[in-house]
Amino acid sequence: MASAAQRRIKSISYAKYGYLFILPFFIVYFFFQLWPLINTFILSFKDYTGDNFVGLANYKAIFRGIGTETEGFKIADRTAKAISKNFYHSFGNTVILWVGNFIPQIILSLSLAVWFTEANLKIPGKGFFKIVMYLPNIITAASVAVLFLQLCGEAENTPGALNLLLSKMGIVSHDTVSDKYDTVKFVTGTAQSRVVVMFIQTWLWFGNTMIMLMSGIQGINPSLFEAASIDGATAGQVFRKITLPLLSPIMAYTLVTSMIGGLQMFDIPYLYHKDPNKVSDNLKTVAVYIYEYFHDQTDPKMGFAGAASVLLFIVTLILGCIAFYLTRDKDEIAKKKQRKKVAKQLKQQNKQFGGLSI
Amino acid sequence: MSKMKAVYGEDKGSYTAKLRTKSIILTIWFIILTIICLLPIYILIINATRESSSIANGVSFLPGTNLGKNITKLFKDVNYNTVYNVWIGYRNSFIITGFSTVFTVFFSAMTAYGIHVYDFKLKEISYTVILLVMMVPMQVTSAGFVNFMLKLHLTDTYWPLILPAIAAPAVVYFMRSYMKSSFPLDIVEAARIDGCSEFRTFVSIAIPMMKPAIAVQAIFAFIASWNNFYTPNMILISSKFKQKTLPMMVSAIQASDKFTDYGAIYLAIALSILPIVIIYVLLSRFIIAGVALGGVKE
Repeated sequence: MASAAQRRIKSISYAKYGYLFILPFFIVYFFFQLWPLINTFILSFKDYTGDNFVGLANYKAIFRGIGTETEGFKIADRTAKAISKNFYHSFGNTVILWVGNFIPQIILSLSLAVWFTEANLKIPGKGFFKIVMYLPNIITAASVAVLFLQLCGEAENTPGALNLLLSKMGIVSHDTVSDKYDTVKFVTGTAQSRVVVMFIQTWLWFGNTMIMLMSGIQGINPSLFEAASIDGATAGQVFRKITLPLLSPIMAYTLVTSMIGGLQMFDIPYLYHKDPNKVSDNLKTVAVYIYEYFHDQTDPKMGFAGAASVLLFIVTLILGCIAFYLTRDKDEIAKKKQRKKVAKQLKQQNKQFGGLSI
Repeated sequence: MSKMKAVYGEDKGSYTAKLRTKSIILTIWFIILTIICLLPIYILIINATRESSSIANGVSFLPGTNLGKNITKLFKDVNYNTVYNVWIGYRNSFIITGFSTVFTVFFSAMTAYGIHVYDFKLKEISYTVILLVMMVPMQVTSAGFVNFMLKLHLTDTYWPLILPAIAAPAVVYFMRSYMKSSFPLDIVEAARIDGCSEFRTFVSIAIPMMKPAIAVQAIFAFIASWNNFYTPNMILISSKFKQKTLPMMVSAIQASDKFTDYGAIYLAIALSILPIVIIYVLLSRFIIAGVALGGVKE
């Protein structure tokens, strides 16, 4: 017979501590992330002040450039057209800047990751190279943007370091009489400024991608590489037939996370411009577009910012689902399928025996 | 037999020679990449010590002698120290970064502990929610965030910059993975038998055991918070200079027309990245290992 004390002990449940431990996380998450997200959705159906509901008017303005004053909108058709044009333009900029930084980045990172993990190459100071290549990634992006703005300065009288280097090499001409340089427009030129931003992004991120891919390569069963080298495979063959196929899930994951990161591109495009108060049109990304709309003190356009955020969220969600799908545990899924199959067979057998369970 | 040996030897010789040339070429390529990585930072440091007029006239790879004057100008000149004040910047950045780092690692460890150690109904669901929200970027919620903070009158305070650090899904995920591999539940059982309260078990047994994971995540949380420009810039909207963080001050240099001395500009940028570079030099080994760990999880 169990004593009262024993019964009491048995009935102690620790579940409440579980809730207590995860409570702070979820409270803060609700207040600072989930509610803002819902609020963004609500805002997307409201007007520029964020007070009155206007239905789908913001989406209409962004997608098709249509807006009337009767919808409580304060905007005429012309402004709506500008807003729509601006959105497509910034989306295009984001895609251009992302593609231009991702392609060189992945080529560089992948080749470096392969070379760093190749055991029979004798390269001194591998650790040092890795540390140096990761260094740009930890430096404050705002400082990097301002630094490159100085280095790429294009003023005729006082050019930045890059133009001075080019003039030393004889590419940029220097008029000694007026002391003026025929500078390359690294800041105001459309193509030039984009290339500089792409370069900065690549410079910032290739070390990070390289280390991720390296740990992926190190996760591949080493006996595969051994077998290949015994069979006399060349480095190229090993790369094409072993490394690349086995690395493809991680590569796909890198691709998708980099896309999501690219959609958020903000610091560098926001700060890399000559005119102190106006972001360069050729570099305006979706994140900058949203930011400008809700941050404008004199004339905030909460509704447009909300609607654009919702669109950005949907794109991110799709990409996130793809990432989730690509990185799912394949063995686990195969096991589940197997189990289902066994269960089905059992059921059928049961039917054959007239529903009698054996 | 001897012929075979000779052939084999020759083959081996050419193979090693090939490897050696490849190694040499690659080493040269790595050195070039190293130079590309370091050159902007090197020029930054060199130019911080040079005179404005000489910076505009040519590139130099040797340090100048104007560092003292640049420092005086940056710290003493009214035109400069009303836009960029490194002490105020360091102070504000350290307050925000310090608190958010501590909050991130402590509460993430706590959340991971709660999910790992206890059995409760919503356990699996809450973990799945955490995994799902890992992907939602800040930029998507920021319009609603700012609107909400304006209504609560929390803009121009540090609360919206510090408190959200408590909910860091990616860090929770990392801590949970770490606990799965190296935190046996028997220890909790033993502590209970010895009469240790649940919270104390967490603070004085679980946290010391998770030191390696906490250290790595603390480094990353610190760097991420220090480098954050987006959130402070949208929350600290009034132009109160005393409140600004360091990255905001750096960005103000670019918007100011009074900041004309190139040496001082370079010095200001250099000072803004100094703490983070010192941390990196001291802890690079752990940081690289931490990044690699992040890659393995997928």
